[in-house]
Amino acid sequence: MKFLAFIIVIITGALLIYATVDMPDWADPYSPASTHVSPRYIEKTVEETATPNIVTSVLADYRGYDTLGEATVIFTAAVCCILLLRRTRK
Amino acid sequence: MIAQFEDVIIQTLCRLLIPFIQLFALYVIAHGHHSPGGGFQGGCILGASFILLCVAYDMEEAKRRMSEKLNVIFCCLGVIIFGGIGVVCLILGANYLDYGILHKLLPVNIPEARSLGILGIEIGVGFTVMAAMISIFLNLASSGEHEETLR
Repeated sequence: MKFLAFIIVIITGALLIYATVDMPDWADPYSPASTHVSPRYIEKTVEETATPNIVTSVLADYRGYDTLGEATVIFTAAVCCILLLRRTRK
Repeated sequence: MIAQFEDVIIQTLCRLLIPFIQLFALYVIAHGHHSPGGGFQGGCILGASFILLCVAYDMEEAKRRMSEKLNVIFCCLGVIIFGGIGVVCLILGANYLDYGILHKLLPVNIPEARSLGILGIEIGVGFTVMAAMISIFLNLASSGEHEETLR
């Protein structure tokens, strides 16, 4: 059984490594992310959102849904901590 | 449970430091537009200031300053502010979380309305992160035993 698991891990790992061959090179200026999305954010951020900090405008405005999810995850963590651990001392 | 621990040096130092830590946290939240920072970082610093209060004094003292009930309310309020701004945008006729439409409510033009929308959700995220940090710390450090109910 252990041997079978080892084989599965090897195959999955090999597939994942094979998939990385298709990815653009590290810091490639001609990768899709660098030619399409990043220049758009860099050029239009101040004009569209009046926010000099590009990170903030991407985090909270362009990718607002993502941040909503993050805030909800943290909220869920706190609620789960209360639900699982909290009890009133007798 | 962190018990009462008397140390004049630590307590005095923390009493001096905590207001400045909290002021810095508010600065990090409010200044997220112009410098590194924002709701997550500022909320963490705010939460850390209360955790410092817990460590330097004891948990009961910290709970007297900021009750658990209030803490849970803040935790929910943050998410409600965030989602509520999105819903306001939806009601005004734009997409969810499309803050540009807020210029109908505020006396500013569209980019500045977006900027204010970002500030609003940063404040919401700050509330949630602060309350979550405090709540997780209180429950883990006391292994979940508390005197009062949350009701």
